[in-house]
Amino acid sequence: MAEALFWPALLGYGEAALAYAWVRTSRLATWGVRLGWLAQTALLAVQAARTDGFPWSSWGGSLNLFVWFVVGAYLIWGCRPRFRLLGLAVMPLAAALFVLARIGGGTDAGSRSRYGNLFLVLHVGFVLAAFAGFTLAAALAALYLWQERRLKRRAADILRLRLPPLQTLERLQRRTIGAALPLLTLGLVAGFVRLRERGGSFDALEAVTLATWLVYGAAVVARPAGRRAAYLALAGFALVIVVRVALAGSHFT
Amino acid sequence: MSELTLVGLSHHVAPVELRERVALDLDVAAALARSLGAAVCLSTCNRTELYVDGDGTAAFAALEELAGEPLGGVVYRLHEEAAALHLFRVAAGLDSLVPGEGEILGQVRNAFEAVEPGPLLDRVFRQALAVGKRVRTETAIGESPASVSSAAAALAAQVFGDLSGRRVLLLGAGRIGELAAASLAARGAEIAYVANRTVATARDVAGRVGGEPLSLEDLSRALADVDVVVSSTSAPEPVLRASDVPQRHRSPLFFIDIAVPRDVDPQVARLEGCFLYDIDDLEAVVAETLAGRRAEAARAEQLVADEAARFRAWRASLDVVPAIASLRARAEEIRSAELAKVRVSDDERRTLESVTAQILNKLLHLPTVRMKEAAVGPDGAMYADAVRHLFGLEDER
Repeated sequence: MAEALFWPALLGYGEAALAYAWVRTSRLATWGVRLGWLAQTALLAVQAARTDGFPWSSWGGSLNLFVWFVVGAYLIWGCRPRFRLLGLAVMPLAAALFVLARIGGGTDAGSRSRYGNLFLVLHVGFVLAAFAGFTLAAALAALYLWQERRLKRRAADILRLRLPPLQTLERLQRRTIGAALPLLTLGLVAGFVRLRERGGSFDALEAVTLATWLVYGAAVVARPAGRRAAYLALAGFALVIVVRVALAGSHFT
Repeated sequence: MSELTLVGLSHHVAPVELRERVALDLDVAAALARSLGAAVCLSTCNRTELYVDGDGTAAFAALEELAGEPLGGVVYRLHEEAAALHLFRVAAGLDSLVPGEGEILGQVRNAFEAVEPGPLLDRVFRQALAVGKRVRTETAIGESPASVSSAAAALAAQVFGDLSGRRVLLLGAGRIGELAAASLAARGAEIAYVANRTVATARDVAGRVGGEPLSLEDLSRALADVDVVVSSTSAPEPVLRASDVPQRHRSPLFFIDIAVPRDVDPQVARLEGCFLYDIDDLEAVVAETLAGRRAEAARAEQLVADEAARFRAWRASLDVVPAIASLRARAEEIRSAELAKVRVSDDERRTLESVTAQILNKLLHLPTVRMKEAAVGPDGAMYADAVRHLFGLEDER
């Protein structure tokens, strides 16, 4: 069953990743996002039903859940033909990570969870949701910098190849970070409670996650505007990549 | 049988002196259409066209009467598919002075809704409105600005998004500057200040476009309070230097410099949060978008041609409808007559009625479909004639 749901979800995301490349097919792309996300939601539901406890405890499983959060956040903020280029930035990444999740065994059903503890489930859920928000914010920041550069350079095709307006991108980026940071805070608190319960030690991944929290916290408190805000969002996202890719192995074992 | 005919003149063939004589406001145009029977009169500054269900003789005479001169050389007269294709192109904005402009679709709708044009024109105008809408939603032909002033407003929207509440400083009294300010105001921006070397001139311009008149000495104060600066003075030296511009960390400041020589020091573009477009930049943007418009126009032409083909198919299917109706009536007549000769019980009669009706329907289904298919091609009339001849339907024409 899980197998049968993985492929429609990947097909939807893949179709969206390709169809966002052209204006005339961007409406089809938004349907690909919607249908793919529904298929992935069903996949997660099947996984949850067949697993005793939290089914996304592995690296691949957490990546699966992460992709679901990223696409979900994109559906909320930007799944409109007008935000075609945001889709072009997000959906290929989502499709690629989804494939990685499958390679990592994260889309299988029926595995037994090691996460029985509620705090651990909350920790993983909140942190992944926050990281999904930061991913979207980074895509918005990258689009902001590109659009700003084109405006500064007075690109003749600026009205032909239209991006969302600068201030819209900035506002969405600020709101996304504003929504994701409390989730990361909750996730970290849940993780620290769990750590104290089990008396574990503070690892490198936790240190970098804390640094990530500080960077985004600074973005929320200092409220930088324009290019500075975009650079800060991208710096925070670089730390998210470190956490998700470089250090994830040690934390998940 | 009814016939779709278009009689009209437009900016392609008629000079403005003639067009203004035949230009009618909506009410007068509707009255003229009503006087012609089943007709629609589309009259704009670029065209006056009469679409009629008939041969168009009366429409032609009406146009000549309006013009007050013979119009043989400038009036076009189109029939059936050609007339429909023309209307579809007009509704899609493809026949406009600026290809893709959207105003014409509303004018077509108004002209159509002002009258009760009869079934043929009702059908063709509804199809035209649908085509116009499709072209605007399925192609990007209407998205690009076609003038420097509208490009300036579109660029400001690329920075700020919605321009509602954005404050504009108009610097100088140049005509294009005023047009650009008007384009910004049309998108919701507010003309906050009008600055000029002489305050009296600033006051004159402010009287037309709104805003507070200022002298150039007050520029620094105004710059701290606006989002967009439109500059079009005739000053030989830059009026705005980078050092005059306050730092913008929180919200951008967008400069549109339409003046030649330029009013705004190019170094302003290097300042954080400041964006500067001069006349060459704006013209390059317009040229690029017009190139895009042409590419989109090709797609739009294809859409319009497909719809014209659909119209032709519909009209052709009408040619064979009488033959099909006669054939079915004749078959039904024979069936009823033969059933009347049979002496059976009521139950048996009901059964016979049902069975014979089904046999008839099955027998006639394929010829009906084939005739409708053939109607679209050149053999349509031949098929209809053959059916009439084979089944002896000539008298029922």
